[in-house]
Formats: sequence, structure tokens, C-alpha cells
Amino acid sequence: MSDLTGLTIAEARDGLRKKAFSARELTDAHIKAIEKARALNAFVTETPELARAGAAESDKRLAAGSARALEGIPLGIKDLFCTKGVLTTAGSHILDGFKPPYESTVTRNLWDAGATMLGKLNMDEFAMGSSNETSYYKPVINPWRRKGSNTPLVPGGSSGGSAASVAARLVLGATGTDTGGSIRQPAAVTGIAGIKPTYGRCSRWGIVAFASSLDQAGPMARTVRDCAIMLKTMASHDPMDSTSVDMPVPDYETAMTGNVKGLRVGIPKEYRIDGMPAEIEALWQKGIEWLKAAGAEIVDVSLPHTKYALPAYYIVAPAEASSNLARYDGVRFGLRVPGKDITSMYENTRAAGFGREVQRRILIGTYVLSAGYYDAYYIKAQKLRTLIARDFDEAYKKCDLLLTPTAPGPAFGIGEKTDDPISMYLNDVFTVTVNLAGLPGISVPAGLNSEGLPLGLQLIGKAFDEATLFRAGEVIEKAAGMTPRPQAWWEV
Amino acid sequence: MNTAFITSRTDTGPLLDGATGKWEVVIGMEVHAQVTSKAKLFSGASAEFGADPNAHVSFVDAAMPGMLPVINRFCVEQAVKTGLGLKATINKRSTFDRKNYFYPDLPAGYQISQYKEPIVGEGVVIVDMPGGKSFTVEIERLHLEQDAGKSLHDQHPDQSYVDLNRSGVALMEIVSRPDLRSSEEAAAYLKKLRAILRYLGTCDGNMDEGSMRADVNVSVRKPGGKLGTRCEIKNVNSMRFVAAAVEYEARRQIDIIEGGGTIHQETRLFDSKKNETRSMRSKEEAHDYRYFPDPDLLPLEFDDAFVGRIKASLPELPDDKKDRFMREYGLSLYDAGVLIAERESAAFFEEVAKGRDAKLAANWVVNELFGRLNKEGLSITQSPVSAAAMGSVVSLISDGTISGKIAKDVFEIVWSEGGDPRAIVETRGLKQVTDTGAIEAAVDKVIAANPQKVEQVKAKPTMMGWFVGQVMQATGGKANPQAVNEILKKKLGI
Amino acid sequence: MSVDKNTVRRVAKLARIAFPEERLEPMAGELNRLLAWVEQLNEVDTSTVEPMTSVVKMSLKMRDDVVSDGGQAEAVTKNAPLGEDHYFAVPKVVE
Repeated sequence: MSDLTGLTIAEARDGLRKKAFSARELTDAHIKAIEKARALNAFVTETPELARAGAAESDKRLAAGSARALEGIPLGIKDLFCTKGVLTTAGSHILDGFKPPYESTVTRNLWDAGATMLGKLNMDEFAMGSSNETSYYKPVINPWRRKGSNTPLVPGGSSGGSAASVAARLVLGATGTDTGGSIRQPAAVTGIAGIKPTYGRCSRWGIVAFASSLDQAGPMARTVRDCAIMLKTMASHDPMDSTSVDMPVPDYETAMTGNVKGLRVGIPKEYRIDGMPAEIEALWQKGIEWLKAAGAEIVDVSLPHTKYALPAYYIVAPAEASSNLARYDGVRFGLRVPGKDITSMYENTRAAGFGREVQRRILIGTYVLSAGYYDAYYIKAQKLRTLIARDFDEAYKKCDLLLTPTAPGPAFGIGEKTDDPISMYLNDVFTVTVNLAGLPGISVPAGLNSEGLPLGLQLIGKAFDEATLFRAGEVIEKAAGMTPRPQAWWEV
Repeated sequence: MNTAFITSRTDTGPLLDGATGKWEVVIGMEVHAQVTSKAKLFSGASAEFGADPNAHVSFVDAAMPGMLPVINRFCVEQAVKTGLGLKATINKRSTFDRKNYFYPDLPAGYQISQYKEPIVGEGVVIVDMPGGKSFTVEIERLHLEQDAGKSLHDQHPDQSYVDLNRSGVALMEIVSRPDLRSSEEAAAYLKKLRAILRYLGTCDGNMDEGSMRADVNVSVRKPGGKLGTRCEIKNVNSMRFVAAAVEYEARRQIDIIEGGGTIHQETRLFDSKKNETRSMRSKEEAHDYRYFPDPDLLPLEFDDAFVGRIKASLPELPDDKKDRFMREYGLSLYDAGVLIAERESAAFFEEVAKGRDAKLAANWVVNELFGRLNKEGLSITQSPVSAAAMGSVVSLISDGTISGKIAKDVFEIVWSEGGDPRAIVETRGLKQVTDTGAIEAAVDKVIAANPQKVEQVKAKPTMMGWFVGQVMQATGGKANPQAVNEILKKKLGI
Repeated sequence: MSVDKNTVRRVAKLARIAFPEERLEPMAGELNRLLAWVEQLNEVDTSTVEPMTSVVKMSLKMRDDVVSDGGQAEAVTKNAPLGEDHYFAVPKVVE
């Protein structure tokens, strides 16, 4: 029954209710697919027993007619979410053996809705990366390959395992987190949909913190509709998170009317960057045409401070991370490397436990917060943030949402960009502005390029207007046509 | 935090003698006062003292991955209340900053505190000294912050044990300007501050349990000279130790300077066994705390109504109570000062004084009762003599039933055996003899028995005391002393 | 503002990450490249701009003063690499 893994969440939900198949069958099909896909290295921890136990419970409820919103839907969970009693690594050596005694609010919401967990997904270490190459557990391989090539490609990052597992049909959907583009960029280069909600929409409680003012959890799935379904359950007001907004969660699915007549779509000119590949420019144009054809109005807008977003991000995010990662010291959990005294223990543990990229960002973050540099760097970057947010406020006087490319190119080869951090950082050039302003952004699969690799288009919305993003996103998705399934070259 | 070393105090206190002349000591204090909340500042774990290791710890306090802070409203209210008690500016908008450093009792590797924008601004504390002098200490600010956990270094040869029960407990840090000029002033300031906090109920001031501790900044200078480099003595946990630490440190610094050396700004600890301060090894390196606004929290904001509600709930504060006692009861500054030192003592006194001679009541409470309580090491709440019983004794003196001397005996009986004073006087026949006839008879008897002394007393009136003693003895101590004096004077012709 | 290996040594110390001598210079180079790249922020005049203080436009919610947590010394200390009687154990600290 391998076509069970080809379903969307919406289809699986219908199928379970119609009793076309059981939750157990659905889960088993995915477990088998995962077993055959180890070459992709998408999982850090597989949890088939938990998934089967969940499926059994779901079958009972489905039979009793008391099915919950995501009853029986098997998902993958990015290893940044603390899952009670299940190894949680954040892709790092320093969290060796860490089994949280608590469940993150977002995953708790999913389990309370009847979803089940197939496993914990590989990711860039502490969510720092755009290619899943910084993981202690080795890179994730993109299920997509260039036409006629065996070169292993990156799945994007940091939610690389989430993206790869969804694209390869190992899970029906996955959770990701996005601090500078870590849901949207991998979604784009693996041909799936992924949304970073408005900051504060999903609770951060129980998610290993990277940059507190930028981190946001979100769904990754094969269709825009599936993302809407997942987000409805993932989002909630959480009194245990002081930055969680107390606003009701709309039923996003019902907002997906397919109607974008009169919707004003802004095209920010500053996103047309120097050296932008022709195929990305062409894709953007296609997106404009699709929306126009559906009745949307295209408006030229300007976001003047766009180019400063990446450097501002690479000050603020490492600064917050340097403080958030101070708790990884070998005392209360995870790896401990002995030392002659407490200071040596800290230094040895953190040197051995953190990878190169994480160490680099901790040092930069520590430096920009240090005496004498705080105003010049951290405060300066936070001021740029105010300006970037203002740019969006201005633009939204003339339009309802913005259309841009998601990533500056398709998936690249593993190892191709690891020598130059800045060139790696440029992968997030279109996505970081959104995190800095705290706005929602979705990446929608928009077809394959000439090499057969997926590309994505990004829609950026007003605060808490995810509904419009889903509505417009589905229009693009339908116009582009469903992204085909990648050839399962990895199957054992 | 390092406050600007500004002081507006212009008078000088007592000066210390050095080899090269007189020296002035300049002292400022940062007091950490634990808020009387049930739960911690940013977590729901209990703030109660004395539990088993790590039993009062939430995952937030243990800084587990993904944990987040949520602020406790009661702690915010107590900070505002304390600010009002210090006559300080209340900042309706304040922010929280992270103070970053590594230490095993600081699990997150940062402390959530308030650096740039504290909840309370400038205020003032008036301190009374014995002899009627008083001086003003300006308060620079009060802010909320987390307490750290505790490490035990003596349980194991090469390990330290860490207990995070105290980690995250709410502290109010009260920072004074360097307006103190002697060890006595330092102790007096701390005593007054503690009284204010206890009156407000925002901190219980139990220094031996660690719910109030002081970081004392000490420097020395020649009178009228530039301010000297200061050293900080951390975590002093009794008023006695504060005074001793100041004295030792001032002397240490004077000796160094007079010996040709310079003072290096450093952090020190007070060793109460050796009665000296010593440098803290772990604080040797310069700290760069890299303060930045905590991104897990938003700015703290509240409105005038919030402050108004708290203001309406303020009790009468020590200074106001002292003024009222002097005004309403006609008490001396000294007596009023003693009575208001603790809210419970003041309440006790007022119950005793109700409908009675206030000055007499004050005299008895301050001298007899407090004297005895101090001797036995008891607090007013542990007094075996209740306010009602004390009041009863005072009434018995006022209405002439017993003399002051007999009253002391009655007090002693109530203290050790309990009972109702009036009943005690009845059953033991302690009533004062006021019947002039009886007294005259006794006086006549003594005069008759001592003709030589009667002659001597005419020349030496001070011998009257002997006669008074004789008459008191003859009447079993119950004669009214005033009447005895008058009758004796008349009969002896003095 | 340029970083040399002494700065890297100091910053690594602040961050409690052991850095062998031979990695100091290369890391100084990496940090300098990053700092040179972020230098472009100075092209923008921000003299009249406030730094962003909160991403969400809402006020800090406060919780009631009730004991709702703790009492779980076992769970709190379970993941510790070293401990005794529910204490965390670390190499001895001298004050």
C-alpha cells in the first residue's frame, strides 16, 4: 500500500474517516518508507513504536467516531522540539543522551489532536545553517537530484531533515522552525510548502532556543492546504511563553477560498538583487503572471533597507544565541568533558560539544555584546530592525501581501559552500527580512527548473494574516501544478 | 551594579585616625532583599527556604532547553510597594536585561535583572542615630532580579554540590548612594531599611536565613579630598558583620595608602571568624556582563491605577508612626524610636497605651519589658507578658493600687507564672497602703525607735532615704512612697 | 574595528570555549571578514531611530503568585552527567 505515503494530509484525513484504510496501515507504510530511506539521513531518532502505539489509539477513536483534528496522521518532528522521554539533540553533540522530562507546547498540541510521531528529524546544529551540513549527525541528502547526476545535494536548512522527509514521502508532514529562513528555504529547494507564522503565533516553550526574538515554529508539508491544516493545531496562546500572543487561531482551511480577485500583491524592487540567476527572475515573473491571471492586482513597492537585513540578522541572531547557548555547560544534562576545575570543564565541554559554525556564531555574538561594541553593533542592528519593520508597514499601505522568490537558487551540492560562511549566509537573503520584522512568510512550490530541481516562491503577509498567505499560496501552487514526486533513488 | 559614585552628603561623619592624619570613610550599600512571594520571580516553583536539594526547582529554574520566564505579578507589586515606602519614583515602564556570566549556581549562564530601566527610581531613607541626630541616605534605584542557587564545597573532596532551590527566587536590589560615613551609620541604615521592608511586608528581613544581604562598598579619603577607590564586600548577612567589615576594610585601606600603596578596585568577602575581609579569587578577572534586553520578555508596563491600588494598601510607615507617637502620646524621640523599630512592638505599645497614661506605658514597655525580652533573647511576639497584662499593670499603678516598686514584682510574677495582674495583687495582698493613718502610725514608730537618727537627719536631710526605707520595711513595702515622704518630712520637720 | 588573536582568546574565555592556540589566528580572520561585511550597517543614519524592544505589540503578561511547579527533584536531576542525592556535582569551586 505504498501509495498511502503519496497522500496529502487532507487526503489521509478523509481516507481515515471513510475507513479506506486504518491509521495502523498508514503508519506502517511510512515506517517502511523510512526504513528504506536511511541513505537520506533525514532522521536522528526513529520512533516506530511510539507511532504504532499512537496509531492504535487513533484507530480506536476513529471507530468510536471521536476523531480529533489530526487523528492518525503520522508526522516527523524537527529535533529542536523537546519531546518527552525521547532523545532531543538539536543536531548537536552537546545534547548527547538528553531525554527531556517535558513536551514542547507545539508538539503537545499535535499529540492532543491525535497526530503521531514517526521520529526526530535531522537539522543544522542549533538551527544554525542553511544546508543541514552543520549537524553533528552528518548532512541530510536532498531527495532531489540534478537531471542525469548523482551529486548529493543539500536539502536546505536548518530544517533539512524535515524538508527531505516530507519531499521523500517518509512522513505526511513535519514541524520545522524558522529564525532566518529555516522553514522556507529548505521547503523551496525540496519542492514542498512551508510557512513561518507571525512571531508569537506558535509557542516557543520547549523548543531549544536559538535566537529568541526571531525563532518561530511552523509546519512543512507537500501542499499549502496541508500547512494550513497543521498550523491550526500547532498555533495556540501559551501562558508559559511571555512572547506568545493571546489571539484566537483562525480556521485557516476555511479561509482558502481560492479567490484572490482584487488582492493587492506588492513586488519589492530591492529583492531584485545583483547577480540574481535568470531562472529565479523568470520564476518570479511567472508568479506575478499567475496571480494577475487569477485577478490579483500587482503593485510596485519599495523596501529600502532590504540589503541591510542580512548583516543586521548576523549581529542580532548570534548575540541572542551566545546567551541562549550558555546553559550548555555539562552540568545538568548532555555531554560533559572533564576538566581540572570548573572553568576547564566548561571550556572543554563546549569546545568538544559545539561544532565549528555554532562556535563561530557564539564568538561573534559574544563580541558584539561586549563592552565597547554593544552600541556599535547590537544596538545598531536593532535600530535597522525598526527601519526594516517600518519599510513593511509603509508597503502594506499600498498592498496586502508581497511576492518574492524564496531562495537565490536551487539546491546546491554538499560541500560546495561550506568554505565561505558569508556565501552560505546569502541563502537567506530573501527570507531574513521577514523574521526581523516578525511577519509571516510562506514558501510555495512553484515548479522545477531546467535541471529538474524544485524552486519556490515566497509570499510575505501582514502580521497574523496567515489566512491570506494560504489563500494566495494555493493559487500559485495550483497554477504551477503539483510538484512531482522525486525518484526514489535512495531506496534500499 | 556600578552606580555613579555621586553623593550629595556634604557633612562629615566621625573621622578615623591614621598615621598621616584624619581619614573619612565613605560607604554605599546594595541590599538584596528577598520578596515575600510564595513562588519565584519567573517560575512557579516555591520560594520557601529549607527544602531538600533541588525540590523547589522548575525546569525553568534549572535552565533546561526551551524553557521560558513568565513574571510573577505579586513580585512586581512588592517592588512598587517598597518603592512607595522609600518615597521613590515608580517607573511604570521598565525592562529586563540579561547579565551574562558563568558560574555553577547560575544554570542559564545569565541572570535576569534590570540594568538600563529599573522598576523604581530615586528615593530616600531617613536614619536616626542615638542622641537625636539623623541623616539622609539617598536611594539611587530599586530593581527586580533573580537570585542564584547555592553551592556546597564541603561535602566532597574534589566536587562541589549545586542546589538550585534558591535559583530564580525574586530579589529586590536596593542601591544607596555612598552617603554613609561610619560603621555605626552603615548598621543603622541597614536596620532602618529592614524595618521599612518588614513594615511593608515585602521582605521578612531574616538575615540569618539569607532573605536579606548587603554588598557594602567602602572607600576612604582625606576630609574634603577626592573620593577614593572603593572595594566591594559581598553578601554580608548581619548588621554586626556589616559594621565589623566596614571597620576592618577602612583600616585596611588606610594602612595601604599610608604605607605608600594604592587601592585596587576589587570584590571581597567578610570572614566573620577572623573578622577580616579577603579578596574573592573567582572574581579576580574583569567581568564583562554583556547586558542586553532579555528577548524572552517584553517591557513591563502598568498604569496609575495599578500603583494607586498598592498605595492605598500601604501601612503607616516607621517615620510617620514615630512622629505620630511623639505627637499623640507625647513620647520622647528616644522612646518613640525604640517602640517603632518593629511593627509588632509599636502595635503592642498602642494596645497597652489605649485609655491609659501613654508615657507611663512607654516607660514600662521600653525599659521593663524590652529590657527583659532582650536579656532573654526573645522577640515581642514571644513575650510571656501580653499587651493586656502589661496594660493591666500600668492601670494598677495609675489608679494608685500599687506602687511602682510593687509593680515590678507583679511584672515578674506574670512573666514567670502568668496570670491576671489584678488578681495577683488581690490574692497576694500587694495593695499599696495609702491610708495616711496607718502610714503615720508606722512613721511614728520608726521615729520613736531611732532618736539619734532623728537628730542627725535634721542636719543631713539625705538620711531621709534611710527613714523611708525603714517605713517601707515596716509596711511590708506596701506603703505609698509619696505619702511616706510627705509624712516623714512633716514629722521630722524637714 | 579589527579583531586579533588576543581578542579571540578573550572572547573565547568569556564564552567558555577552549580554543587551541593554532585556531586563534584563523578564527580572528573569520571574525574580521564577518565584521567587515556587517560594517555596511553604518551607511544608514539611525540617529533618530529607536532599537526594536519587542517584536510583538503587546504588554508583558503577569502570572498569579501560586506554587504550581517544582517538587520534581528526580526529573530535574535525571539528565545530569554527575550528581549525588539530587545535587548536581561539579569540579570543586574555590571562592
